[in-house]
Amino acid sequence: MTGARIPAVVVSDIRKSYGDLKAVDGVSFTVAEGEFFGILGPNGAGKTTTLEIVEGLRQADGGQVTLLGEQPWPRNPKLLPRIGVQLQASSFFEKLTAREQLQTFGSLYGVSRRKADEMLELVGLTDKADVQENKLSGGQRQRLSIACALVHDPDLVFLDEPTAALDPQARRNLWDVLRAIQARGKTIVYTTHYLDEAEILCDRVAIMDRGRILAMDAPATLVRGLDAPTHVVLQKGVLTREAARGITGVEEAHEDEVSLTISTRRPAPVLSALAERGTLDGLQVRTATLEDVFLDLTGREYRA
Amino acid sequence: MTAFRSLSAAMVKGFLRDKMTLFFVFLFPLMFLVVFGLLLGDSGSDKTKIAAVGDGPVLTTLEQTGAIELERYGDAATARQKVDDGDLPAAVVVSGDRVRLIYAASDQVAAGTVLGIVSGVVDKINLGAANVPPRFTLDAQSVEDASLKPIQYLTPGILSWAISISGVFGSALTMVSWRKKQVLRRIRLAPVSTTTVLTSRVLVSIGTAVAQGVVFVAVALLPVFGLKLTGQWYLALPLLVLGTTAFFAVGMLVGAFCKTEEAASGAANIVIMPMAFLSGTFFPVENAPAWLQTVSNIFPLRHMNDGMLDVLVRGKGVEALLVPSAVLIAFTLVVGFIAARIFRWDD
Repeated sequence: MTGARIPAVVVSDIRKSYGDLKAVDGVSFTVAEGEFFGILGPNGAGKTTTLEIVEGLRQADGGQVTLLGEQPWPRNPKLLPRIGVQLQASSFFEKLTAREQLQTFGSLYGVSRRKADEMLELVGLTDKADVQENKLSGGQRQRLSIACALVHDPDLVFLDEPTAALDPQARRNLWDVLRAIQARGKTIVYTTHYLDEAEILCDRVAIMDRGRILAMDAPATLVRGLDAPTHVVLQKGVLTREAARGITGVEEAHEDEVSLTISTRRPAPVLSALAERGTLDGLQVRTATLEDVFLDLTGREYRA
Repeated sequence: MTAFRSLSAAMVKGFLRDKMTLFFVFLFPLMFLVVFGLLLGDSGSDKTKIAAVGDGPVLTTLEQTGAIELERYGDAATARQKVDDGDLPAAVVVSGDRVRLIYAASDQVAAGTVLGIVSGVVDKINLGAANVPPRFTLDAQSVEDASLKPIQYLTPGILSWAISISGVFGSALTMVSWRKKQVLRRIRLAPVSTTTVLTSRVLVSIGTAVAQGVVFVAVALLPVFGLKLTGQWYLALPLLVLGTTAFFAVGMLVGAFCKTEEAASGAANIVIMPMAFLSGTFFPVENAPAWLQTVSNIFPLRHMNDGMLDVLVRGKGVEALLVPSAVLIAFTLVVGFIAARIFRWDD
């Protein structure tokens, strides 16, 4: 929590069932102003339903949502100008250019037409201003869709899987955009099924599975709390398995065709011992990730 | 720029940039107008042509009547052959004071016409020759009757049909595609009222209908088609507007039921095609059996057609708008209400 002002988002114990399926089963979280909050989980975890209830698009069966001190449900015109929602990449008007899309969406909020160009610049689409939306690439459309969500300068931004189905380069471009948005002081709530991405971008994450939040904290804290060993990977041949096992702090060492992997919970003494032996060439250190956290929480491999 | 104006502008741009829509809104109905207009043509105005042999006051007077056209032949046998072959309905052979008329038994209407005209002319000349003052005088006068030349009923009919197409398809496809692409969601998440969105969409449809009206009437007025408008053609404007809102409501209903654009197109066609045929778009509904005429009264297009015919080509005044307007307004309200009740923002 940063500062003593009211939180941007307060969600308490929301529930939503479709028949026997509990899509959202008692979800609670709070997002501070200016925070970048991620909701993670595999497909079908209930992320999107949660987000839709929070945005005020869907009525919850139970629970409370407060955004910037207001109730989002039923449709609350007082709140709407202060939130921005990015929907799926194709939600545009037919046959309009990038600039016209932004101008049209902006006009729904009474925003001046000049704002469109500013937004195009923010998402790096200035040179595509006069291109029709259906002629943009997937990544460009995704960025345009985020620009449309930001055109009225909302305080709170919701993004539903903005990086889904993008190639690695486009994903990285989008990360820069998201960071730029946060730098403007916006509160961002976003869903993703890329755990690595959430680890890089988010201040705090909630890991969801089967309609419930399993864990919620800063990504680093979650990983640290895991008590999982660090893996040090060496090129095969620079050190024998036996020699590796002899180093203080090493718990386990095993070898395959290309590398020798050492597991340790005390990486510092192990690395200095390896340095003394001059075996740092091609060395890689892999610490635990959110995927290990997910594995630990659910007992199954993470599959997006 | 207000939300209303920019939404309307966005929809107009989307419309003008979509060649497929432009085709179905303007060219497609226009093709029907052109094809039917040329096919059915203006057959009623052709003069009957008959063979003529010889000369004298009878043939001269016949030509002066302007009612029949004479095709001259040198001898009676050739003229007779023309009638036998069915090329001409009759032949008139004048030799001295004797006027002989040969006519084909197959075409009784043409035969009757020719017989009437020729005997009228012969009687008149006889009368003149007898030098007797006429006792009865004939005062003939033409009146505008209710039956119309093809182009006169085709234009209002096809125009109404075109407006029903653009109204139903326009609203149904916009709704389905906006729902599918989540544009409706975006709009719902913006501080703009549903009324603003709806009225701007309706306004674009009305603008389209007026543009269709101008284009269609302009084409039909070309000499090839020969449409003749009667005095108060501008009375068609309220019908254009009310017809558009009625068909817009039908489209809303279709759009509320259908999940994909394909389904919506299919459903819209199922609604429009039978309605178009039963409402007198391509032929006057007066020719249909009585029960079918009764059935056709449930269609808004029928009433729009009637109103359009009355004010565009039958020269009727503002009183002719009453029934069609009332029906179209009622239709808009009832169907619009149902559509609003089953409207969904999301799939």
